Amino acid sequence: MSAATLAWFARHEARLAWRDWLAMATAGKPGRLRWIALALVVFAAILHRIADRLITPYVDSIGSDVATFLVMTGSAGLTWTLMLSQGMESVTRAFYSRSDLDLILSSPASGRTVFGLRIGATAFGTALLAVLLVGPFVNILAWRFGPQMLAAYGVVVALALLSTAFAVLLTTGLFRLLGAKRTRLVAQVVAAVVGAGFVIGVQAFAIVSYGNLSRVAVFLAPEWVEAAPGIESMLWLPARAALGDIGLMLALLTVAFTVLALTIAATAGRFADNVIAASGISHLRTVQRASGLDFRPLSVARALRHKEWLLLRRDPWLVSQSLMQLLYLLPPALLLWRKFGDKADALVVLAPVIVMAAGQLAGGLAWLAISGEDAPELVATAPVTPGAVTRAKIEAVLGVVALAVLPLVVALAVASPFIALVTLLACGMAAAGATAVQFFFRAQARRSQFRRRQTSSRFATFAEAFVSISIAAAAGLAAAENWQAIFALLFAGLILLAAYRSGSRQR
Amino acid sequence: MADALSIRNLAKSFDRPAVDGLDLTVRAGEFYALLGPNGAGKTTTLRMVAGLLRPDRGDIAIFGVDALRLPVEAKRITAWVSDEPMIYDKLTPFEYLAFVAGLWQVEPAIAQARSQELIAVLGLEPHAHERCEGFSKGMRQKVALAGALVHEPRLIILDEPLTGLDAGSARQVKDVLLQRVRSGATIIMTTHILEVAERMAERIGVIARGRLVAEGTLEELRSHVGESGSSLEDIFLEIVRAPQDLAA
Repeated sequence: MSAATLAWFARHEARLAWRDWLAMATAGKPGRLRWIALALVVFAAILHRIADRLITPYVDSIGSDVATFLVMTGSAGLTWTLMLSQGMESVTRAFYSRSDLDLILSSPASGRTVFGLRIGATAFGTALLAVLLVGPFVNILAWRFGPQMLAAYGVVVALALLSTAFAVLLTTGLFRLLGAKRTRLVAQVVAAVVGAGFVIGVQAFAIVSYGNLSRVAVFLAPEWVEAAPGIESMLWLPARAALGDIGLMLALLTVAFTVLALTIAATAGRFADNVIAASGISHLRTVQRASGLDFRPLSVARALRHKEWLLLRRDPWLVSQSLMQLLYLLPPALLLWRKFGDKADALVVLAPVIVMAAGQLAGGLAWLAISGEDAPELVATAPVTPGAVTRAKIEAVLGVVALAVLPLVVALAVASPFIALVTLLACGMAAAGATAVQFFFRAQARRSQFRRRQTSSRFATFAEAFVSISIAAAAGLAAAENWQAIFALLFAGLILLAAYRSGSRQR
Repeated sequence: MADALSIRNLAKSFDRPAVDGLDLTVRAGEFYALLGPNGAGKTTTLRMVAGLLRPDRGDIAIFGVDALRLPVEAKRITAWVSDEPMIYDKLTPFEYLAFVAGLWQVEPAIAQARSQELIAVLGLEPHAHERCEGFSKGMRQKVALAGALVHEPRLIILDEPLTGLDAGSARQVKDVLLQRVRSGATIIMTTHILEVAERMAERIGVIARGRLVAEGTLEELRSHVGESGSSLEDIFLEIVRAPQDLAA
């Protein structure tokens, strides 16, 4: 009897994926599904409203011309880099996650089938996410220009298939080039840089060249429009397909399907070998030449802080994830550099961006320090009060945040001491707020579960984000000497209070 | 001299009672084995002693120190080792021990000397400067044990410390533990390996359904069930048999 057919595996994978999604969406409480569905509908409506407002100013200028093609192709390119990033993450996980691969690969089932299926699932997931993100814009365009605009969905799916194929080739190429030990980290860092780097890069380019944050400004720059090829160029095929050329869209889809299928066929044979090589890295040892923690007289708090910093420093993946959050500071830093010496008004916009980044960075680090403790029983059985442990860990988090934002604040102080002071205070508040939320919702987990930290509590995720946003807004208003900053701060306080109550109930 | 561990009327319920009015005394300087079937309440009891769980009611005293009212003082003289060694993958054994010494505020020079000795005795010397991330279960367990001993605790609590260890590692761990008892420490250990309890423990306690149902030396337990010459396994199975089974 041959049970392990493609269809059989597909059913098995679909069931696991559904349960995984359900657990993630409901944070393990299936009763919330109705509320989540309702929230998604409301969220979709809001996204459609935003899409409508963003598209409206350009409605009259959308047409089959180079400018439209440039904006669409540029936007599609940026979306594609995000898809590529997501694809690389998923493919890396397919190689390195040990969950069921030992069972499957030790069975008579074909590793080629499993790999093909998992890559297919990656393509499906990437396409689904892209469709959901682009959907409101496509729907609004279809509403305004006619149903032929729905062809853009086909283009998005084609881009997702192509990005997955490229992600597979890139990751398997890295495997061959760097070996199993280095590929994991390099692939994750490349994925992160590709995902955010291009978007931030375009933004940085916009700031340096045009002094604003608009990506559209970059795509519509006269030099770009002049240098762009004519409307009959092959470069614009995806844009033309997205604007309603159904035949072209179907052709693109066919090409994308073929490329992905050929990629899977070419690489699936080595899947089992790569997985076996990846499993071997857990037995590799790293000799630590320089000691990070030695027998020195340290207070308990210093020992705890030192340990947190050392663990962070020795985990390049976690460092890269944290640095990614700092990468978002690059555009405001550039804006600061551009406006340096100008009137302080131009700097008002910077304060909230820096504050937001500080809050986000603190949230991630606080989770690592408070929930992501790999030896919780050791710390809990040590002769230290829980309060002292928490204090030391919070100090460790705030120390890293200070290190990240202080150089910007100092640069800001040269241009405007008042705005720098506001930013510094607000950064402290945002970092403390995000840390407090992580403390209220603390739940023991492994550091390796960092990626899934936001699934333990939806409320915590939203509370962390909204506290940072509110304090960032307060910073912006205060920097502009607007007394209404007090309301934004009060709102942040209310969110923290609600988070405290919700966290207490959960524990 | 105060008993090493004194538990009175200890209770803890989750969805059902896990520990139900337990009384237990472990004398200073003895090796005490706590046996019981799965779900009997052994781990829950020891976790409450170690300060990892708050009891619903009852009293716990460690060398006369009230562990519920003065947890920091009690923890200062206690060590806990679980069956699942929780150590930091990115630290080396030496760095781990330095961190533990920092938590217990052991004098650095003393901690360093003790660490070197423990690392050598447990056969970890060749790996002392390797990160723990590639270590086997046995090596991780030995690192955790070294961490538990580096501050020279008076009471060492071990929950299934030999699970998953190979014969060589198990022997090293047992030797280290017996040496500690000889030098005056008290050990309380749960195990499912009855032979270990039989060979190492001076007294054995048997927990079933959250209560201590039998206690004593092997001979005393034998006479308790009234079958001389029985193995500890026979005695254990007889003691933990459910009341309805006994009635039948």
